[in-house]
Amino acid sequence: MLRLEDLTKNFGGVLAVDGCNLEIEEGKITGLIGPNGAGKTTIFNMIAGALRPTSGKILYTSRGEDGKESTVDISGLPTHEMFHRGIVRTFQIPHEFGALTVLENLMVVPAEQHGESLYQSWFHRKKVIDREREVRRMAEDALEFLSLTHVRDELAQNLSGGQKKLLELGRTMMTDAKLVLLDEPGAGVNPTLLRKLADMIRRLNKERGYTFCIIEHDMDMIASLCDPVIVLAEGKVLTQGHMKDVRRDERVLDAYLGGGEEEAA
Amino acid sequence: MEQLYGYFLYSLSLLTFGGIYAILCLGLNIQWGFTGLFNAGVAGFFAIGAYVSAILTAPESPRHLGGYDLPIPVGVFIAMVVCVPVAWAIGRVCIRLRSDYLAIATLGIAEIIRLVFKNELWATNGARGVSFVPKPFEAWDSPWDQIAMALVVLVIVALLYIAIELARTSPWGRLMAAIREDEPAALAAGKNVERFRLEAFVIGAVVMALGGAMMAHYIKFVDPKMAEPLKATFLVWVMLIAGGSGNNKGAILGAMLLWFIWSITETIAPIIIPDSFAHVVYPFHLVASWFLPEAWMATPIAPDPVTGLDSWDSKAPFLRVFLIGLALQIVLQKFSSGILPEQRLQSLADTDDASARAARSSPS
Ligand SMILES: Nc1ncnc2c1ncn2[C@@H]1O[C@H](COP(=O)(O)OP(=O)(O)O)[C@@H](O)[C@H]1O
Ligand SMILES: [Mg+2]
Repeated sequence: MLRLEDLTKNFGGVLAVDGCNLEIEEGKITGLIGPNGAGKTTIFNMIAGALRPTSGKILYTSRGEDGKESTVDISGLPTHEMFHRGIVRTFQIPHEFGALTVLENLMVVPAEQHGESLYQSWFHRKKVIDREREVRRMAEDALEFLSLTHVRDELAQNLSGGQKKLLELGRTMMTDAKLVLLDEPGAGVNPTLLRKLADMIRRLNKERGYTFCIIEHDMDMIASLCDPVIVLAEGKVLTQGHMKDVRRDERVLDAYLGGGEEEAA
Repeated sequence: MEQLYGYFLYSLSLLTFGGIYAILCLGLNIQWGFTGLFNAGVAGFFAIGAYVSAILTAPESPRHLGGYDLPIPVGVFIAMVVCVPVAWAIGRVCIRLRSDYLAIATLGIAEIIRLVFKNELWATNGARGVSFVPKPFEAWDSPWDQIAMALVVLVIVALLYIAIELARTSPWGRLMAAIREDEPAALAAGKNVERFRLEAFVIGAVVMALGGAMMAHYIKFVDPKMAEPLKATFLVWVMLIAGGSGNNKGAILGAMLLWFIWSITETIAPIIIPDSFAHVVYPFHLVASWFLPEAWMATPIAPDPVTGLDSWDSKAPFLRVFLIGLALQIVLQKFSSGILPEQRLQSLADTDDASARAARSSPS
């Protein structure tokens, strides 16, 4: 579905991503792990269009309306273009619309909202309202799914860290996503909620056919959810495969220890 | 009786000026209140509106461009239209800047616009300005001309309020608030943030131009001093923040309230500060005179032999700025988000339109 070819990002001398080659397969939940500073978030930023790669390709294969597959290099396209191709991301540090209610946070997302045009909101009020009803139903369903219905009308800035993480996931449910990039969805989420989160991801994968790529430090969550797992270190792919093989890999252990991480256990 | 009539005319002028400031505040509310665009150049768009409409409608004069003699509504309309490409071009260049840089850039651009009007003598008569700008209903008897003018301004405010409120309560308004709250998240939600920021900037600027044009026709005169940042930008900002940015009612209330304070300071300054107090205040007045536009520091007519000051009427200007600052402080101490803070809305989906009612009540 998505293939990175020699993807490189250079931040004024810091090689955050250094000729990375990897593939995300359609329908799977791929894990992306590696010590802090390995370049995981930077890769997400490039795929989602928030950063322009220094060099390399991001090849995205999608099925058009006629069912035919086509592959294009999407590197360097703006974020909103990526979104309309079905690539949706969440942020490592939650980004919520603080002064908007939780419901509104989700209602912002869907595309084709006639009411985003001033002309339509002035002169085609009925059409706007009809679409608004659909969008609200969708948002309410997502809140139900996330068990956030009780905070529906709360301002998003008043949510707990864990609830904000759920809201991030909720945004991906408001569109026909194909590839969903989750950046540390479990960080700061309590263990009960974490199990629920994993269930939700699995359900979205099965029921809606989302392809996931997940950056996560919680190795148990990765082990239970992801196959394959790609290990990144210093901007390059170190190894990849099933979690139980990856765990045994000496190089992975070294990378984590070298990176000063204890989580590789 | 005569005095009462004077008060009546004075309150009409309060309403009219307050209404014109409300137009400016509504424009700024679209930019700052909704979308978070820090436009510190309100005065620039105000000046464009005022000058364009004045020149298009004023009678022929050898001192400036003109003689088009267009009807006032046409002049006002063209002034707003002219503002579109100007604001668009400024927006194209500046809109991507971070908030504080956008403020500096727009402040500078507004000054450039003012200086262009000041220096293009052939078109604008420079510092002496354009006079004999026509005023609506001029031919009518007093007070009907004043009443009609106030009504026109208030009707414009009401129509703007309705249009902007409809926009605010639709997905457009929600999206603007989302962009203000978190731009990366709005981008990640697939929104073309730059385009929407530009749209809010241009629409806000056009509304400001409307305010400027109305001001020109009301006071029948334009000159570069009108577009000095203190009165045409700073005051509008204080009004919006005190009233409640993000809230259209707040914008109108703030404009009316602060214009009232601004205006009556002229009258009450001599009352609340006796002349004998002048010696104490003199140094402050001196300092203020370095910062305030000359127009505000009217030259003393009959100077006091000791201080060189005349009566307090002419000292009002610096006291005004102080009182406006004080008013803002008091308001923000009591209401941290302005008197009427932003209201998050229930969704439009709650709107009970006729068709939905029909659908519910129909038996099938
Ligand atoms: N915007 C940026 N500017 C400069 N350096 C950056 C920027 N973003 C990330 N980096 C650097 O790139 C490297 C990889 O960062 P990141 O992708 O966030 O790692 P990870 O998500 O794997 O922990 C780090 O050394 C980080 O300091
Ligand atoms: Mg990261």
